[in-house]
Amino acid sequence: MLEENAPKILEVEGLKQYFNVGKADEVKAVDDISFDVYKGETFGLVGESGSGKTTTGRAISHLYEPTAGKIIFDGKDVSKLRHKAQKQQFRSDIQTIFQDPYASLNPRMKVEDIVAEGIDINHLAKDKEDRKHQVEDLLETVGLNKEHANRYPHEFSGGQRQRIGIARALAVKPKFIIADEPISALDVSIQAQVVNLLKDLQKKRKLTYLFIAHDLSMVKYISDRIGVMHYGRMLEIADADELYANPLHDYTRSLLSAVPVPDPEYERSRQAFDYDASKEDDGKNRKLVEIAPRHYVRASEDEIDMYKQRLKK
Amino acid sequence: MENKDDILEVRNLTINFKTYAGKVQAIRDISFDLKKGETLAIVGESGSGKSVTTRSIMGLNAPNAEIAGGSIKFKDEEILDKNEKQLSKLRGKSIAEIFQDPMTSLDPTMKVGKQVAEPLRIHQGMSKEKAMEKALEIMKLVGITNAKERINDYPYQFSGGMRQRIVIAIALVNYPQVLIADEPTTALDVTIQAKILHLMKELQTKINTSIIFITHDLGVVAGMADRVAVMYAGKIVEYGTVDEIFYNAKHPYTWGLLGSMPTLDTDADVLPSIPGTPPDLLEPPVGDAFAARNKYALKIDTLKQPPFFKVSNTHYAATWLLDDRAPKVTPPADIVKRQEHFKATHNN
Ligand SMILES: Nc1ncnc2c1ncn2[C@@H]1O[C@H](COP(=O)(O)OP(=O)(O)O)[C@@H](O)[C@H]1O
Ligand SMILES: Nc1ncnc2c1ncn2[C@@H]1O[C@H](COP(=O)(O)OP(=O)(O)O)[C@@H](O)[C@H]1O
Ligand SMILES: [Mg+2]
Ligand SMILES: [Mg+2]
Repeated sequence: MLEENAPKILEVEGLKQYFNVGKADEVKAVDDISFDVYKGETFGLVGESGSGKTTTGRAISHLYEPTAGKIIFDGKDVSKLRHKAQKQQFRSDIQTIFQDPYASLNPRMKVEDIVAEGIDINHLAKDKEDRKHQVEDLLETVGLNKEHANRYPHEFSGGQRQRIGIARALAVKPKFIIADEPISALDVSIQAQVVNLLKDLQKKRKLTYLFIAHDLSMVKYISDRIGVMHYGRMLEIADADELYANPLHDYTRSLLSAVPVPDPEYERSRQAFDYDASKEDDGKNRKLVEIAPRHYVRASEDEIDMYKQRLKK
Repeated sequence: MENKDDILEVRNLTINFKTYAGKVQAIRDISFDLKKGETLAIVGESGSGKSVTTRSIMGLNAPNAEIAGGSIKFKDEEILDKNEKQLSKLRGKSIAEIFQDPMTSLDPTMKVGKQVAEPLRIHQGMSKEKAMEKALEIMKLVGITNAKERINDYPYQFSGGMRQRIVIAIALVNYPQVLIADEPTTALDVTIQAKILHLMKELQTKINTSIIFITHDLGVVAGMADRVAVMYAGKIVEYGTVDEIFYNAKHPYTWGLLGSMPTLDTDADVLPSIPGTPPDLLEPPVGDAFAARNKYALKIDTLKQPPFFKVSNTHYAATWLLDDRAPKVTPPADIVKRQEHFKATHNN
């Protein structure tokens, strides 16, 4: 949970991440987004598929050189890390948990070796014995047991594989975890187990999360603040409760109005809200504007009043 | 048919799969009805038997499947007695199916217009021109934009949402009496999902189809279903109207499912979750298969399969907690809240 006056751990400034630049199939996967993440919080990222969420996560991990903009992690510009030790530290500090626990684990490796990958790369174990102990501790931390270390991924259920992925991420003692749709492929009952585990680990290990998802009820539940992406842009950022109570951008409204809610009465009275994306491309200059404290929406100068009115209602 | 309002009656259906490891008891004596014009949702974790159940209605079981008993009646015809030729006559005409991934049900090498027209040619013997005309009509009905210009496009030229609309067009072109939708929107974004679900409801009233809707998303169930059947480990453990299941559930497994999905107001520190994993169907446990994960389990749950107890004329649950001799238990707080709401709004 976010503490008062927590310092920033991540600053994304004017990030652009384009692919196939200058070619006919150029993609502006991320198109000038800025946001901060505070130490210890969970920042949720939502938006339909193709909106640029995964690319944002990969850019933060510095898997790409940004087309433009800056990523500042723990006060340092990640593009400017020069020393080997600094780079290695950064690669340990930020870990990713992936959506597909089937595809992200090497089927030919034993669980012990999967979990120890980062330990090996970073020489974090004194000897074989120490490595084994660390792995066993990690497995227990994520709710598996040490006997699992000698098995292969196919011997596990989806939820258990996701736990293995989490153990692997924790092995290098990260500060920041990017969870890219970590529960989308799991059954509802198992989703809750994994989300509880993530929350518990956050508390115990003082982790910061970037939680990417398309299940908006789960995102609201787990996040302190949420950013809404569309077409590579950040359209709105607010505290989780505020965003759901007072969505300002029409896209956010349409997204929220489409969330299926496990309540038949709510569903019978549901009002769908359509969004016309062409409005975003009317040539007006827009940027994130703070309409109310901590509530930002992408707006042009002449839209600011309209959003302020909207908030009053 | 036992009841004239039914279009489909499944009785004591039991299906095993022969595998190298032994006999997987996938469907263990399930019975249910599908009424004319209704939507019945089947929910449950993966592996609980939802797809095997519906595939057997289509006569599409895997070669290693063994129907060990039971009956599936569509109107007055026994589906389990039909040969492949009779079954293929039924499929696509009277009973149609929509799957999760539209690409598996579309032919990537065939123009979409032709794919929509084909069932009309096969089942109704329509001429090419007539069938194309009708295909265009239904493509417009399911909301394909510029249907006329796009009739000669191939599936890859469409977005995921549009492709699923084409699959729906193919499934509905013969106005089937039963439509089986197996996770039809799971792969889609919520905004597109909302549109497809709305479309399915609209078309259902137009052509009066009965729908079996399979999904693991209880939010979708709440919006689509008239009635709900909850499956666990090859059995139906509870069924009732959508309100009875969401506001007055009696089986601890149903409680677990409802609890583990946060609503937009959930602020509990820890999400209620169902511990453990489902049992191995090679050797299903004796008694209530859910007992090992159920904190409300009684001793008898591990000894004897609970029968269905009647909650109302439309609502039944297979849990020993409903037996007169069982101790009174208090369900989880979120379920109590739902039940209070039920008492307040349904005067019974
Ligand atoms: N390596 C790449 N090369 C070209 N295009 C890419 C690449 N990675 C992502 N894209 C495109 O960038 C856009 C954003 O993708 P992504 O970040 O994966 O979205 P999301 O995670 O929100 O679904 C999509 O149009 C996608 O096709
Ligand atoms: N061809 C098959 N051979 C062996 N087991 C099968 C086969 N098809 C399904 N099963 C098993 O039957 C059970 C029910 O599967 P299914 O109906 O697909 O579940 P779901 O509820 O996820 O749709 C599962 O345990 C599954 O592994
Ligand atoms: Mg993604
Ligand atoms: Mg299935």
